[in-house]
Amino acid sequence: MTLFRGRRILAGAMTLVAAAALAACGSKTTDQNTSAGVTADVSGDTVKVGLLNSLSGTMAISEVTVRDSIMLAIEEINAAGGVLGKKIQPVGEDGASDWPTFAEKAEKLIREDRVAAVFGCWTSASRKAVKPVFEKNKALLFYPVQYEGLEQSPYIFYTGATTNQQIVPGLDYLKAQGAKSLYLVGSDYVFPRTANKIIKAYAEANGMKVLGEDYAPLGSTEFGTITNKVKSSGADAVFNTLNGDSNVAFFKEYKSAGLTATSMPVVSVSIAEEEVKSIGTQYLEGQLTAWNYYQTTPGAANEKFVAAYKAKYGADKPTSDPMEAAYVSVYLWKAMVEKAGAFDVEKVRQASDGITFEAPEGLVTVDGATQHIAKTARVGKVGADGLITEVWNSGAPITPDPYLKSYPWAGGLS
Amino acid sequence: MTTVARDPVTAADPTPPAAKPAAGPSRHRFRAVAGFAFGAALLFAVAPLLLSDFRLSLLAKYLCVAMVAIGIGLAWGRGGMLALGQGVFFGLGGYAMAMHLKLADAGPGNMPDFMLLYGQLDELPLWWRPFASPWFALPATVLLPMAVAFVLGSLVFRRRVRGAYFAILSQALAAAMVILLIGQQGTTGGTNGLTDIQGFFGYDLDDPVNQRMVYFIIAGTLLALLALTRHLMQSRYGELLVAVRDGEERVRFLGYDPATVKLVAYVVAAGMAGLAGALFVPAVGIISPAMIGIVPSIEFVIGVAIGGRATLLGPVLGAVAVAWARTALSERFPGTWTYLQGLLFVVVVAFLPGGLASLVGLLRRGDGERRPGWLRRSRRTEAEAS
Repeated sequence: MTLFRGRRILAGAMTLVAAAALAACGSKTTDQNTSAGVTADVSGDTVKVGLLNSLSGTMAISEVTVRDSIMLAIEEINAAGGVLGKKIQPVGEDGASDWPTFAEKAEKLIREDRVAAVFGCWTSASRKAVKPVFEKNKALLFYPVQYEGLEQSPYIFYTGATTNQQIVPGLDYLKAQGAKSLYLVGSDYVFPRTANKIIKAYAEANGMKVLGEDYAPLGSTEFGTITNKVKSSGADAVFNTLNGDSNVAFFKEYKSAGLTATSMPVVSVSIAEEEVKSIGTQYLEGQLTAWNYYQTTPGAANEKFVAAYKAKYGADKPTSDPMEAAYVSVYLWKAMVEKAGAFDVEKVRQASDGITFEAPEGLVTVDGATQHIAKTARVGKVGADGLITEVWNSGAPITPDPYLKSYPWAGGLS
Repeated sequence: MTTVARDPVTAADPTPPAAKPAAGPSRHRFRAVAGFAFGAALLFAVAPLLLSDFRLSLLAKYLCVAMVAIGIGLAWGRGGMLALGQGVFFGLGGYAMAMHLKLADAGPGNMPDFMLLYGQLDELPLWWRPFASPWFALPATVLLPMAVAFVLGSLVFRRRVRGAYFAILSQALAAAMVILLIGQQGTTGGTNGLTDIQGFFGYDLDDPVNQRMVYFIIAGTLLALLALTRHLMQSRYGELLVAVRDGEERVRFLGYDPATVKLVAYVVAAGMAGLAGALFVPAVGIISPAMIGIVPSIEFVIGVAIGGRATLLGPVLGAVAVAWARTALSERFPGTWTYLQGLLFVVVVAFLPGGLASLVGLLRRGDGERRPGWLRRSRRTEAEAS
């Protein structure tokens, strides 16, 4: 009895599936015009923009600071009259440190809220997850974090550094300091693995030796073995691409193993002012970082930015490179819209080439071909007060080269 | 409940056996058919009419989670195996499908985009090659997870590993799989996973019409899985499974092998999770280690617990409710939604330990026999719940 009944239901359900599949009968067109994208709703006296950051989960600690500085920029722009006479209305969504959630929220911002542009994402994985969403809907994303390069989407503006504006200058600095051998330590995900591939190619071309390469899972706090390997390798310097909490454990272990900034300096590319505070200055003092901006970067634009940020969020809140890049991205979008005279995505993209902005980090210029921006590279040293002071800079903004095409040693990388 | 040791011949007999409860099987059958018709109407007519393209694609995603939940309901609710590692099977199914779609996107002879970026490979790795054929990839989305579950289950259940030890083992497997995928960035896409999937067997996934078709396929599959599970639960095997959950030793003394009974439920649950993963890929367009590790594996189980693990529909309703609440709360309160979600879990677990499905039972207390068949739970769970 049960068997028969079950079979009948099963058969019924199967027929249903078949019927539905037939009824739905997807259109097999390859015509690209079918997905024309969604136009932003700019009919009112406000223009909506999306803010897509992780407000919960492991990435929240970093991404909330980015959200804060985007909000600061929006407030400043609104106070000065808005964009093309319209006030910016931010629509916030939580990516929750989860990549499919990022894709879902991006789609919601574009299709339901019909925003003119979206600002946000931090990890490469979240950017890779939303990239097809933006390309499919022909909507704009401004991505504010330094990343591993090797990407160029027509619907993303990259306002953080690509590898030739951060990692390569960091290596140039080490080479100039006489480093002959390196040890690579990183978190186990796409950015460190790709960065280390680039570093190894650079090292080979420049007569440096890579004595070891170790990865720890994201969030790992077990660094005894890695520190011992680093110590016994006797490398001249360590290149650190660890992310988040792992840095705390790594630097504590590093110090207790008797390694110092003078005996074996560590160059980090994911430690900014905010992280220095949470790791503890005593473990980091004298260590090096490679970025494009520090809270201490001189200039009137930065003084204004730092003062405004502290006034809004508290005097103890530091400003950092990704925060600055996010702040700048809102102003760059404003400049593009004003040059285009419209919020239309294609017009904004066409207007982007050559847009300049006197940013807190200095003058930045949008490169229309790659949709990255020309930035000055800076190597800094962590001081006793927890701030990072510049010890070297590239002198002039470096033209972005996400695929490292102008570097002969990087020929086999992409 | 019918007797455990019913003769197989009577089980297949179209006339109702005398031992059936007084309510009568025709009534149960009517209710089941009516229930399925109602579900089908809801999924195939009401939802597509009321929801925008975007919301419908979200529903498709929820329904995929619900498919995993049906399997967990079977393995955990009915079989007592706390399967805390279903993410592994979801991932196997998802990656198998995504690998095929990536290869199809790249075209014959080409390699997927991320391999050229991260892998620096000269040719497609050997283990990717069979996935170019849909005749391999499609069955693999279900059979691969089932095979892994079979191997693991055979090892574990024979050695009588159960309870917390089984749960921990499942978790370890999920963690190991994530580490493996991330480590092999060049061939698996690392933390990024497999993204940017454009086509689905020749259909352009960017087209809203095709997204709708994917939704219909998912909704149909869900109904089919429900029918299959209902059949399993009501069969002689279903009775045995509950018996093993409630008294494994007794079943052993009756001459059955509890390990085999559990293995079947575990393998079926794995197959369902694999199928869910496979359909998740065209619906969402991405599969990554973030969706198959320990945390998502626990989230699958939370939905089942909220819905009511021992019922047929409870896990489905719970999974959809949790996923929907997650979206709704996080859209309304982007800054504080995690607290609200946590509060919701606490309230449900504290006041409705049998899950949302027990709500109906509570409303009809004292009239247990008149509950619809799909909400009836075994006595044992009833006792646990109250």
